[in-house]
Amino acid sequence: MNVPALQLTDVRKSFGQTVIINGVNLIVPRGERHAIIGPNGAGKSTLFNLASARFPVTSGDITLKGESVTDLKPHQINRLGLSRSFQLTNIFTNLSVFENVRCSVLWSLNYKYSFWRRLAALRDANEQAHRVIDAIGLAHRSDTVAGILSYAEQRALEIGITIAGGADVILLDEPTAGMSKSETGDAVALIRRVTEGKTLIMVEHDMSVVFDLADRISVLVYGEIIATGTPAEIRASAAVQEAYLGTTFAEGSHD
Amino acid sequence: MSALVPPLLSRRRFFLWGALALLMIVLPLVFDKGYALSLMCQISIMIIFSLSYNMLLGQTGLLSFGHAAYFGIGAFATIHALNFVGKAAALPVSILPLVGGLAGLLGGVLFGYVSTKRAGTTFAMISLGIGELMASASLMFPVVFGGEAGVSGNRVIGKAVFGVNFGPQIQIYYLIAAWTFLCILAMYALTQTPLGRMANAVRDNPERAQFVGYDPQWVRFMMMILAGFFAGIAGGLSALNYEMVTAESLGGWTSGVVLMMAFVGGIGFFYGPIIGAVLISLLAIAVAGVTKAWLFYFGLFFLTMVLYAPGGIASLLAMHKRLWNAGLLLMVMPAYARVTIPLLLTFAGLVSLVEMAYQQAEVLETPLLVFGASIDVNSLAPWLIALALTAFGLVLLKLSWPRVSEAWRQVLAGINGEVAR
Repeated sequence: MNVPALQLTDVRKSFGQTVIINGVNLIVPRGERHAIIGPNGAGKSTLFNLASARFPVTSGDITLKGESVTDLKPHQINRLGLSRSFQLTNIFTNLSVFENVRCSVLWSLNYKYSFWRRLAALRDANEQAHRVIDAIGLAHRSDTVAGILSYAEQRALEIGITIAGGADVILLDEPTAGMSKSETGDAVALIRRVTEGKTLIMVEHDMSVVFDLADRISVLVYGEIIATGTPAEIRASAAVQEAYLGTTFAEGSHD
Repeated sequence: MSALVPPLLSRRRFFLWGALALLMIVLPLVFDKGYALSLMCQISIMIIFSLSYNMLLGQTGLLSFGHAAYFGIGAFATIHALNFVGKAAALPVSILPLVGGLAGLLGGVLFGYVSTKRAGTTFAMISLGIGELMASASLMFPVVFGGEAGVSGNRVIGKAVFGVNFGPQIQIYYLIAAWTFLCILAMYALTQTPLGRMANAVRDNPERAQFVGYDPQWVRFMMMILAGFFAGIAGGLSALNYEMVTAESLGGWTSGVVLMMAFVGGIGFFYGPIIGAVLISLLAIAVAGVTKAWLFYFGLFFLTMVLYAPGGIASLLAMHKRLWNAGLLLMVMPAYARVTIPLLLTFAGLVSLVEMAYQQAEVLETPLLVFGASIDVNSLAPWLIALALTAFGLVLLKLSWPRVSEAWRQVLAGINGEVAR
């Protein structure tokens, strides 16, 4: 039996009276590149925050590789092999690029809270950090303080931090947001390269990126997934078109 | 990209540590007067204490208003251990500071877990509460804390070993110096470990630290325990040094002084608090020796640093070292020369005002001397002169300061251009 990488079962989230996620069911098989799209305010980022335990769910169940992670904390989920990036760049601003990435590999190499080992002597951590920095194309910025990198460089570092620990389920929240056309092209190539053989789930607004990268796409509208399928199926779906055109959606396009 | 593991101490580091050790050994031979020795003992203790404080503030981003609690716990534990050892001779006096360290560590375990859930304001408030709690507990349990008189002890126990019984101040100095050297080394080493680095990561961005597998609370908790350990050692050394511990050692004043030392020295640099501890200790002695208003000047100095040099002395040094390395230090000197006179005028005006105000308030018998001149504070003229001096100085400063900024702008542009090429 093939256990899915990530499975959401009837997941709901409300903030006070406001229902943001209203019974989402989603199965992402291992090795799939899955994109979540939808209009602004549909709850895409919230869904990510639930899946990565940034927020607790109101009800429902989330399993990672067959194991329930519904009640875990972010660091616990990360240790089980799920890693995420953020829509707004979320890095260690006062540390160098190298330190940023090295901090992200330490736990996965089992160094934990060690205060008796020298960082400089951790060969595997240093080598892995250098490999990741090479992969994200920031080798020449290795010693630069992360806070003064350019926007595109910070976005690349954000992805580097996310993948450095070797997690096999990667969640990317709008990885190309705010990028120019050429920067977006580079970012897509980078994402393709570093998520090779992993499960990738991404929220993305840029449809060319979505249709380029994704194996399957889910469309989230008003906290519900109205369609899931291959890019071709999604393109052809009447419900999706309706949702995106937004004309008669309020009357119900669930069917 | 090198797979080689760098040596434990690079040649440069080795020289730096060697120089520090040598300095600590030679200093008491040069300044061998009694008060100089006791001042050096006190400075050494404050170096450990302020470095331990900076493990929280600078390295982990935890602003504590109650760090004296751990210093005090260590001090009281050590003085009681000393008195116990005096009867039972179970431990040599030289390792008693370790008892203080362990007590401080236990304090960290006890108070750390509740207070490290969050950083920021919550942590600061809880630390203040814990500090006050300890301070008031010290007056409630006179058996442990000795009430207002404190607890005293005698560090000279048993026979001298190779002529060492820690009676003379010079012997206790070398004991303190050895502990200080070890503690600085250990605290520096900690910054080079996974925990040390993750403390920086948690300081910068606790949320991101969570998403790379670390529990920020646990990182803060461990740093707090270790900081408590070193603060406890500092307290233990102070107990041996003064052979006396009072409630003051765990009160708000001590917590405030250590904050000030770390901040003035520079919390962004490992060695910053060392500079702060030395500078503030020396200033306290020097300024308190000439004026009653020394605390006022301390406040003024602290305010000035917070407003105009928040990176502390260490960051000022680092900025100028950058210019020195680029061979451009001379370029800012003309601008510095221009602000020197306005600075001195402002300083003279302010000092005159403060001294006259103190004279007025205290009605001292002796006539007031400001910069050697005798002044009658009951006439109007000196007040007007001092006010005018201050105002004039401030205006000139306002006018001449842009030159300093401009000189720095140019020099930095020069350096960055160099780098870009």
